[in-house]
Amino acid sequence: MELKKPAMAGTTESSDVMITLRPNPEGGIVIDLKSDVKALFGDAIEKTIREVLGDFDVRDALVNVVDKGALDFVIRARMQCAICRAAEIEYDWSREDENGK
Amino acid sequence: MENNHLMRTSLYAGGTSPVKMIQAGFYNEDCLVYDLEDSVSAGEKDAARFLVYNAVKYQRPAGKYILIRVNGIYSRELDEDLEAAVRAQPDAIRIPKVEYAEEVQRIDEKVTAIEKKAGLPLGGVKFWCNIESYLGVLNAQQIATSSPRVVAMALGAEDFTASMSAQRTKPGWEIFYARNAILMACRAAGISAQDAVFSDINDPDGLQKDLEMTRTLGFDGKTCVHPRQIDAVNACFTPSPKEIRNAQRVLEALEEAARNHTGVCVLDGGMVDKPMEIRAKTTLAKAVAAGIKVGGEQR
Repeated sequence: MELKKPAMAGTTESSDVMITLRPNPEGGIVIDLKSDVKALFGDAIEKTIREVLGDFDVRDALVNVVDKGALDFVIRARMQCAICRAAEIEYDWSREDENGK
Repeated sequence: MENNHLMRTSLYAGGTSPVKMIQAGFYNEDCLVYDLEDSVSAGEKDAARFLVYNAVKYQRPAGKYILIRVNGIYSRELDEDLEAAVRAQPDAIRIPKVEYAEEVQRIDEKVTAIEKKAGLPLGGVKFWCNIESYLGVLNAQQIATSSPRVVAMALGAEDFTASMSAQRTKPGWEIFYARNAILMACRAAGISAQDAVFSDINDPDGLQKDLEMTRTLGFDGKTCVHPRQIDAVNACFTPSPKEIRNAQRVLEALEEAARNHTGVCVLDGGMVDKPMEIRAKTTLAKAVAAGIKVGGEQR
């Protein structure tokens, strides 16, 4: 899936994460992560981000992440929203069905 | 999803704020309502939908009855709200501003179609219908029986009074008829009756007076507008030790009268009649539901 424009989701409030996605003309996934808990949870946060990008088959993206202690479900939700906004698509909720995967 | 869950208190958590959604799981409310409607601005509806879906699906608070309030029946957001909400599998979907039984039936059809498509249990997700206008009140009885999914109705007093061109006051006489109409519709349908919020979070005395009305009329629960109201509302729906003891004495007197084959049962000089028996049983049922051991054992 191609990202068509820069898009953002989330906030910098406590327990949230602000994700900014941009198309990457040079190709590939580049993640810039800022988090107070990067040393402890940086790998887990990046893993979730790459998983969601993979779910949408996004292969080229610049991902700017400002984490304020978000739990995994928040990161996942913000990523899904940012991708839909950047790709200018409506989410197909049947992707969540066990039979649909 | 759980059945026979306590429904004394329900608290809204706006679908835009992760921290508020997480915190809401740690208060004492029986029912937690993740909101996609009024607390979410038009530009953040998509974000809230993703956040609420993932919260309910992957971070569901233990021991709580979980609801998702979707956007209005005629809003452009409703269909996608239902697609997400049904798949998240809350206990119930809270439908705002219901006015006609047909509206509930159309949503039931949509929910059923999603359940079939997603391979989910049919009829698993229940409905709470918010009654927030004079039309909703007038049609409450039909709405209450419009679908087997409807397990509760709740009065939305602010919108109701606006629809009536009435003033919203703390004594609440302007909603007295609406409260009773909704209660009777709920009783006739055998579903839970949920009272309106008391809006002033800085008036605990006013809340207590309002709760006296809530309890006297016979509601099963009440929506809280702020976490600080939860304990008072829970207490309102939990019988006191004195009330429990009185209920036990009524039932003991009836049992003794039955054993002795006396036609009339008398307690403290007064006759024990059928309504007293029903009230006593209701009191003990509420106590047991609230986790109180009655007479040393669960009744």
